Amino acid sequence: MQNFLRHMLAPAIALLVALTLVTGVIYPAAVTLVAQVAFPSQANGSLITVDGKTVGSSLIGQAFDQPKYFWGRPSDAGATTTNPGGYDGTSSAGSNLGPTSSALIDAITAQVDRLRAANGNAPIPVDLVTASASGLDPDISPAGAEYQVARVAAARNLTVDAVRAAVARHTTQPLLGFIGEPIVNVLELNLDLDGLLTTK
Amino acid sequence: MPFNDFLTLASIGLAILLITPLLGGYIHKVMEGERVFLSPVLRPVERVVYRLSGIDETAEMGWKGYTLAVLVMAAVAIVAGYAIFRIQDILPLNPGHVGPMSPDLSFNTSVSFETNTNWQNYSGETGVSYLTQAGVLAVRNFTSAATGLAVAIALIRGLTRRSAKTLGNYWVDLTRGVLYILLPISIVGALILVWQGVPQTWNGPQTVTTLQGVQQTISLGPIASQEWIKDLGNNGGGFFNANSAHPFESPTGLTNWLEIVALLMCSFSLTFTFGRYAGNRRQGWTIFGAMAAILLVGAVVAMHSEAAGNPLFPASINQALGNMEGKETRFGSAVGGLFAAATTGTSTGAINAWHDSFQPIAGLVPLFNMELGEISPGGIGAGIYGMLVIGAILAVFIAGLMVGRTPEFLGKKVESYEIKMAMITALVLGASILGFTALATALPEGLAGPLNKGPHGFSEILYAFSSQTGNNGSAFAGLTGNTPFYNITGAFAMLIGRYGMIVPILALAGSMAAKRRVAPSLGTFPTTGVLWSVLLIGVVIIVGALTFFPALSLGPIVEQLLQNAGKVF
Repeated sequence: MQNFLRHMLAPAIALLVALTLVTGVIYPAAVTLVAQVAFPSQANGSLITVDGKTVGSSLIGQAFDQPKYFWGRPSDAGATTTNPGGYDGTSSAGSNLGPTSSALIDAITAQVDRLRAANGNAPIPVDLVTASASGLDPDISPAGAEYQVARVAAARNLTVDAVRAAVARHTTQPLLGFIGEPIVNVLELNLDLDGLLTTK
Repeated sequence: MPFNDFLTLASIGLAILLITPLLGGYIHKVMEGERVFLSPVLRPVERVVYRLSGIDETAEMGWKGYTLAVLVMAAVAIVAGYAIFRIQDILPLNPGHVGPMSPDLSFNTSVSFETNTNWQNYSGETGVSYLTQAGVLAVRNFTSAATGLAVAIALIRGLTRRSAKTLGNYWVDLTRGVLYILLPISIVGALILVWQGVPQTWNGPQTVTTLQGVQQTISLGPIASQEWIKDLGNNGGGFFNANSAHPFESPTGLTNWLEIVALLMCSFSLTFTFGRYAGNRRQGWTIFGAMAAILLVGAVVAMHSEAAGNPLFPASINQALGNMEGKETRFGSAVGGLFAAATTGTSTGAINAWHDSFQPIAGLVPLFNMELGEISPGGIGAGIYGMLVIGAILAVFIAGLMVGRTPEFLGKKVESYEIKMAMITALVLGASILGFTALATALPEGLAGPLNKGPHGFSEILYAFSSQTGNNGSAFAGLTGNTPFYNITGAFAMLIGRYGMIVPILALAGSMAAKRRVAPSLGTFPTTGVLWSVLLIGVVIIVGALTFFPALSLGPIVEQLLQNAGKVF
């Protein structure tokens, strides 16, 4: 028994404490220190500030339903009856509906009806009707932006070409042409259209 | 499958091919105590750890001592984690004012992280404090991964040592795995993630006013430091609920690419380490080939199926981007399938897309990967020990039966004791997955879990126990898992899946270590080359398919057939 305590239990407890110090205290503290010095904006959540007020994070999507703004993807992040738009930054989630779920097909059909009412009857890019994985997806596809260009231009009394140019400014192509997908950052695009974007 | 997705797959394969000999050789040196380029910095730290812990690094352990040390460490860590989760509300580093976990949830979570599973029945945003995240969960990510590595090295030593009584020293193997292998790669990886946009701060959630004038609260935290080891150590427990689909865990296509490489690099590298120990590189590359082949087939099936979209969607939708339900725009649908194959071929369980919303056949791929015992390439350590025991030991036995000779592996006779131990590991897996699934489908507490109806609901339950027994941690997440029934049955499935393999494998290692090595003769079945690789794959697939085909038929297979017929539930 004493042998067990000395050669098994004591080293197990001591080693757990020692490795907790190394990987649970020193490691995250050191990474935080370097991150805060070298990449302060990213390390604090890539927050966007306009006139001294924080309006969001460039990596976290927001709910949009006004015609003058580009709309992001359907969100199940904290979506409730009081917050039907989702995009709750403390409740990332997808729908988890299976491919043969009638609830999924109903949700998709409802999105189709909503988009058609606002944008006409062109074929709808699939990202605009499907819930994203995080519920916080900051992006839509270039096709998803193009689908909305006419509506946004009309609501803002802008030419379609002016809105397309704004979309192009916030479109990111895949790294090396294949790592990732082409994306349009919705919040940055909308800030730009509102004339609020000073950087970039 | 679009060409750019093919390039993603190919470039990841190339990266793994380049990393495997470098990291594999490095792991061999570290685990044998040889000097490496980090020794001037890390050797003094290592010495201090041993001195503080009262460990004699020269003392070797027999298989029983090694097993006992693994089990005692696990027990200590599970109890300590449980205690902290129960009182996290009154401990420091809790800016989000998170409450304590319930007893059954604490038990499930503590077992989950110590067994390298990282099944999560809590919400990352609102269920755990920063102290719990960084001081317990991230620490377990390191130690549970290094434990898998240690057991694999002990097994390899057992297979390659001659007439030996010992397998090494668990305390030393664990410490070296953490300090020399996981920690340095994690420091570099975490900083790359921050550069790409992953937060690393101790500040609490930020509340902002959106463009449309609504309050939005954004969860933050020390994410990057936990994110990289989550992938590298095949742990998979996300900082947030949405895991690597959350823009703060993986903000760009590049981070997604790097995270897939991180999932795969250690386990593939260990095949090279094995070749080094065996004194024959081809031994390692042959296993590499078998693992890669299984992974690749699953990945291509899942990518293809996801890129094709959902035939039940209305015709007014342009599905050029594939099945985007539960996907992120920056990753795309096919790469969601690739990530799923990589996270379940390893024992990671991180996700960049919700597997529950995959097309039926794409959802079958992660399920079947886990049920094969996660050997393509498997968890860090767990993959190679699973492949060596379920694959190699059984394959030489079957080959031996076919040619009528005593089976040998690496010049050592494989006898009835070894076959019994190998069979226990194979049977434990099937018994736990199918037994618990049957239990859940028979009890109202179990049937209350699934979100989806029809065969998909059954798949959710089957997936939960496959994932927990396989120490994976990914989910068909529609299942409501935070109930006493699922917390407790899940915890036992994780314990059985982890230690029901480790104990017989170390027993096998001890028995093999004691044997003499005989020179190869004409009748020796060569354990290198394509024939051997095909035999390995065949044994693994046949054992897995025979065990799980009936259950898979009731889930994803019938669902695919019904989807083709246009049926919804």
